Amino acid sequence: MTVTQLKDTLGWKVFHMADPDRPVKGGYAGDLLSWVMGRAGQDCAWLTIMSNQNVAAVALMADVACVVLTEGVEPDADLLRRAEEKEVTLLGTGEDTYSAACRLGDCLK
Amino acid sequence: METIKLVYPVEGGDLIEAGEASSKMKLTLKKLGLPQDVIRRASICMYEGEINMVIHADGGQAEVEVDTDQIIIRMQDTGPGIPDVAQAMQEGFSTAGQTARELGFGAGMGLPNIKRYSDEMSIETELGKGTTVTVRIKIPQ
Repeated sequence: MTVTQLKDTLGWKVFHMADPDRPVKGGYAGDLLSWVMGRAGQDCAWLTIMSNQNVAAVALMADVACVVLTEGVEPDADLLRRAEEKEVTLLGTGEDTYSAACRLGDCLK
Repeated sequence: METIKLVYPVEGGDLIEAGEASSKMKLTLKKLGLPQDVIRRASICMYEGEINMVIHADGGQAEVEVDTDQIIIRMQDTGPGIPDVAQAMQEGFSTAGQTARELGFGAGMGLPNIKRYSDEMSIETELGKGTTVTVRIKIPQ
């Protein structure tokens, strides 16, 4: 499933779309950035409530397909700017992390 | 291919801006056409090193050498040094301050992550003089 298909199916909001056709191969939920770097898989959708600009750098290095800010969290201005600069796809949902992860899991089955 | 040598200064102090050196290296490795997994592993090692240099040593320098079969990343700082390397290598052990933790760092995963994603890793450190972390990442032929 591509980032766009997931976003449409789950009704995720778009803050910045860098690569609409990028395939999503799994998910990861976490807020400790170093932990995410160590555990998140390549091409996954990363669910987090962290919204500072380091999130863009971690997403870029860990090579995730997209970042999904959960629980209605909005990116701060610097994160949005960095996501645009680094070509990181940044999405959002009002759902809590658990619900968003369950629905993501169902979609990827 | 001739060895390509790259040098990236790492600014100290501002954790929020950290990641510039790693971003630049990643872009260069991409342009060289290296495999996605190799680029990812090198980028994670470099970024963790960069974060460490910013948190603990007020910056430093990373030298990257790209050969046909390997990437060597040497991250050097003139910070306080690591008193107990074995302890620093344990997942969950961290001496990072409150600011770093509030930003999502300081989980004690930096050096363990570097080890996890590199093929070889070595640490030279001297108290009061600084630390050099060197990693080798093989490029599958």
